[in-house]
Amino acid sequence: MSQHLRGEYDRQFAHIRDDLLRMGTLVDQSIVKALESLQKRDRPLAQRVIDEDEAINALRFKIEEACLALIATQQPTATDLRAVVAAMSIVIEMERMADHAAGIAKTVILMGDEPLLKPLIDIPRMVKLAREMLQGSLDAYVACNADEAREIANRDDEMDFLYQAVFEELLEIMASKPGSVQRATFLMWCAHNLERIGDRVTNIAERVIFVSTGDMRELNV
Amino acid sequence: MVNDNHTQKMMVRDLTFYYGPIQALSWISMEILECQVTALIGPSGCGKTTFLRCLNRMNDTIPDTRLEGEVLLDGEDIYSPGVDLVDLRQRVGMVFQRPNPFPQSVFDNVAFGPRVLGLTHGRSELEAVVEQSLRRATLWDEVKDHLSSDALELSLGEQQRLCIARVLAVEPEVILMDEPTSALDPIATLEIEELMRQLREQYTIVVVTHNMQQAARVSDKTGLFWLGELVEFDDTATIFTRPKEERTEAYITGRVG
Repeated sequence: MSQHLRGEYDRQFAHIRDDLLRMGTLVDQSIVKALESLQKRDRPLAQRVIDEDEAINALRFKIEEACLALIATQQPTATDLRAVVAAMSIVIEMERMADHAAGIAKTVILMGDEPLLKPLIDIPRMVKLAREMLQGSLDAYVACNADEAREIANRDDEMDFLYQAVFEELLEIMASKPGSVQRATFLMWCAHNLERIGDRVTNIAERVIFVSTGDMRELNV
Repeated sequence: MVNDNHTQKMMVRDLTFYYGPIQALSWISMEILECQVTALIGPSGCGKTTFLRCLNRMNDTIPDTRLEGEVLLDGEDIYSPGVDLVDLRQRVGMVFQRPNPFPQSVFDNVAFGPRVLGLTHGRSELEAVVEQSLRRATLWDEVKDHLSSDALELSLGEQQRLCIARVLAVEPEVILMDEPTSALDPIATLEIEELMRQLREQYTIVVVTHNMQQAARVSDKTGLFWLGELVEFDDTATIFTRPKEERTEAYITGRVG
């Protein structure tokens, strides 16, 4: 299985893969900036995250169109077809991840000048984990490696654990200090957005397994 | 036997075929379901046309050939002694790569089989069979006012549909098609493909094609032949989205060598 006679398919798919990875980098930067805007209470930076979401949305449509054109003109089959179809799903997941990052940024703007309810400990951990999971899932896609994808999906348990810890801690604070409800809720929203990013990475991992094995099934149910 | 609610029409068991000392097919087993389109794909010289021609004993005309195994039509082995070849080829008709109408009128081309086989009585019955066959081959509207014209004046796509009408006129059960669109332009190709989808309501079709997209478009089951072996045989959607065999994946994605 050495020579590939579908040179034009290979070239077009390489462009799609490059754009998909570039989109991954943009989404990663959005997540980083969203956290930074929360930590520094930097509303202009938060606004930038919201504004830059448009470029990510545009890139999603560009990649989807390229995939459609590739299917229409090159008629890929088997693994090639699954890789293109998966790319279309993955860019939708990443576009939603950027929406979650923008969700954190919107919360930062809503928070105004209110001081943080508590020092940020688990939320930066969730961000670190979200970034590692996103990068890992894209690496698994490029390598078409189902085992790597399964490992990444398994890390969603860590994300759920962190979210649960944040959730319980904030509930406790709300119960003991009734005046803290609004500020606690802001942090809860941020944590929830990060937890959802973990779920989206799991969806990407499912797609990678589909490309690699042809098996379409839900993970972590 | 019933598979996916379709009854078995033909069954090939352990078919091996030789041209003189050369083995062209090795241990092929395949179930062909009634009212389904079965596509045979694979590189040139892989045995798919040889296999197709085994299904109505067309290879019998080639000297120094030998066949082992069984080919059952409705449970009866077509290679049993005493099988009437005329009757067999009426039940299992064939359409070839290049349209091959007789140098006669459109009407006489379609009427040829019923006349030779004595299937009709009287002119009006023959006319009815010709019209019905041309309608089923979706050619009637184009030729109904020119039935006495020379068939060779038709376009290639029309000629191929005429050849299909000629097969339909003898009321076959199975239609074998050997690259039926390779001589046709894209529109005529799509017309034949659409016709195949319509005909499968009533007939069992087995088609050999070099055009993989055609196999994907028209067939329910696809078999990949490679060096005289049947590498993989499965639902067409499975073959083109998640084949199980590496050789199938390599062939349909163009990774060869």
